[in-house]
Amino acid sequence: MTAPTAAVDLRGVTKSFGAHRVLDDVDLELAEGTVTVILGPSGSGKSTLLRTINHLEKTDRGQVRVNGTLIGYRQAGDRLHELPERDILRQRSRIGFVFQQFNLFPHLTVLENVVEAPVSAQHRRRSEVEVEARALLERVGLADKAAAYPRQLSGGQQQRVAIARALALQPDVILFDEPTSALDPELVGEVLAVIKELARDGATLVVVTHEIGFAREVADTVVFLDGGRVVEQGPPEQVIDHSAHERTRAFLDRVL
Amino acid sequence: MPSLSTVRRSAPPTTTSSTSSSAPPPAEPPQPPQPPQPPRASTSAAPAAAEPAADSVPLSGGGPVLTVVPRRNPWTWVGVAGVGLLLAMFVNGLVTNPGWDWATFGRYFATETVIRALGTTIQLTVLGTVAGFALGLVLAAMRLSSNAFLRTVAWAYIWAFRSIPLIVQLLFWFNIAYLYQTISVGLPFGPSFGSVETNDLFGALGAAVLGLALHQAAYAAEIIRGGILSVDEGQREAASALGIPRRRQFTRIVLPQAMRSILPNAANEVISLFKGTSIVSVLAIPELFYQVQVIYGRNSRVVPLLLVATVWYIILTTLLSIGQYYVERHFARGSARSLPPTPLQRLRARWAGIATQAARRPEGVSR
Repeated sequence: MTAPTAAVDLRGVTKSFGAHRVLDDVDLELAEGTVTVILGPSGSGKSTLLRTINHLEKTDRGQVRVNGTLIGYRQAGDRLHELPERDILRQRSRIGFVFQQFNLFPHLTVLENVVEAPVSAQHRRRSEVEVEARALLERVGLADKAAAYPRQLSGGQQQRVAIARALALQPDVILFDEPTSALDPELVGEVLAVIKELARDGATLVVVTHEIGFAREVADTVVFLDGGRVVEQGPPEQVIDHSAHERTRAFLDRVL
Repeated sequence: MPSLSTVRRSAPPTTTSSTSSSAPPPAEPPQPPQPPQPPRASTSAAPAAAEPAADSVPLSGGGPVLTVVPRRNPWTWVGVAGVGLLLAMFVNGLVTNPGWDWATFGRYFATETVIRALGTTIQLTVLGTVAGFALGLVLAAMRLSSNAFLRTVAWAYIWAFRSIPLIVQLLFWFNIAYLYQTISVGLPFGPSFGSVETNDLFGALGAAVLGLALHQAAYAAEIIRGGILSVDEGQREAASALGIPRRRQFTRIVLPQAMRSILPNAANEVISLFKGTSIVSVLAIPELFYQVQVIYGRNSRVVPLLLVATVWYIILTTLLSIGQYYVERHFARGSARSLPPTPLQRLRARWAGIATQAARRPEGVSR
């Protein structure tokens, strides 16, 4: 928060599905190189909030900026006009996104999965990207799986490929939407270990998760969301261990 | 939750006579609570080292290891015998009944006229398929578009061309010169810059290809749309989150996966179009069926000449089916952990198995 422009900056973000208000005037400012964990009961708007950051979800009001760039819209006076899809896609290629269900492309090999976006979205040379992709696979511990198809891998391995795929775009921010929720308990650790390593290397990460232990260990900031509003935010020892808010404590009592 | 567990914990003392007598006694009462487990562990470990037979008996349920026998289905053999009998009778009829007239069949099967007609049939099929599916792809994309105008136009096209019988459409295109003698390029309701005689533009073959392609496009569009809908929404979302350009998302991510469910239906369409080309015989185009009709109109050998056409249709449909198998296999990459072997690979593997067995046998004899 000492940085002049925050890596991710949300101002008054509001979003409704029909009559249901999922996000209600959310303000967040996440500094570069920090790890933010978003906690909250199911239906609290965690995933929707994450998805507004790369405009997978349109907002009704408010604005999202990543490294100072307004995402998804163009400002004209006091109005925001949605950008053409081509421009939104270009903005997204600087924002990594890791899905709960991995969403790897099953008909492409692991290497092709990682190489696809840098080549087609960032117009980089395939040969050069392939070298980088192999290094990334090495980094997530899957150097020997480059030629495998996603369905030949375990869930944990698939999610690590998905992380490598997001990293290949050299993003400014990486968003994780419950990255371990679809995994068998014994595979959660290997994915969290990769995310922890990214955090150590100084990447800017925003993680929606239910892994309280992970939040306590890795997060710089924990944001607690309930009913589409930010109830509180602060360092993990404050929010998780000494919360002043009853709703936060009630939630933590249920999950811990 | 907490209240439930305390109730359960407090319950046993009050109902000791009924519940505790059913479950715990067999395990606990005979011996004091602490000793039974350690001794059991030590006794089972000691005999296992001394005499392994005693250990294996309780594991296999008190008897020797049991062999699994696959389920037998005697009715299969009854079925095989019945179908075999019918097949034998049919083949016998083919050979002995002079009505089939195999001599005439043999005379006409590979004559130049028939082969040339077959070429026309294949040409119609290929053009109809390529143009039909190309237009169908565009229509499918339009129907799935977020733009209401494109959606409506595509829907109306499909509605119209599925409603009009193919034969009516073919006759319409064939007779279009009756409605419009010339086709001119110019401003609507304004001056014309130039014109062509419609009959020069549209031969009978042109009318046939146009009719088949337009008809095929309506069906192809729905098949392709169905395939695209079968692809998980998460795939498009992931592609879009990675910033992959729109067209590339479609051609590289969505369409290859849609192909898996498009192909079986598309192959059906191609095969049905291939045989359906016989319908253009109404336009007097010398395709296979028309040509065969011409010949038996001359020599009145109806059955053997219909057989000529049928055998050609069977041969080409077989080739198409084999092609379909391999194309489907290509698009099944990554859909299963490993693809099953092709019939050819299976045959080769069996040969290899027989060969190694044969090679091993003399070795065993010499020993």
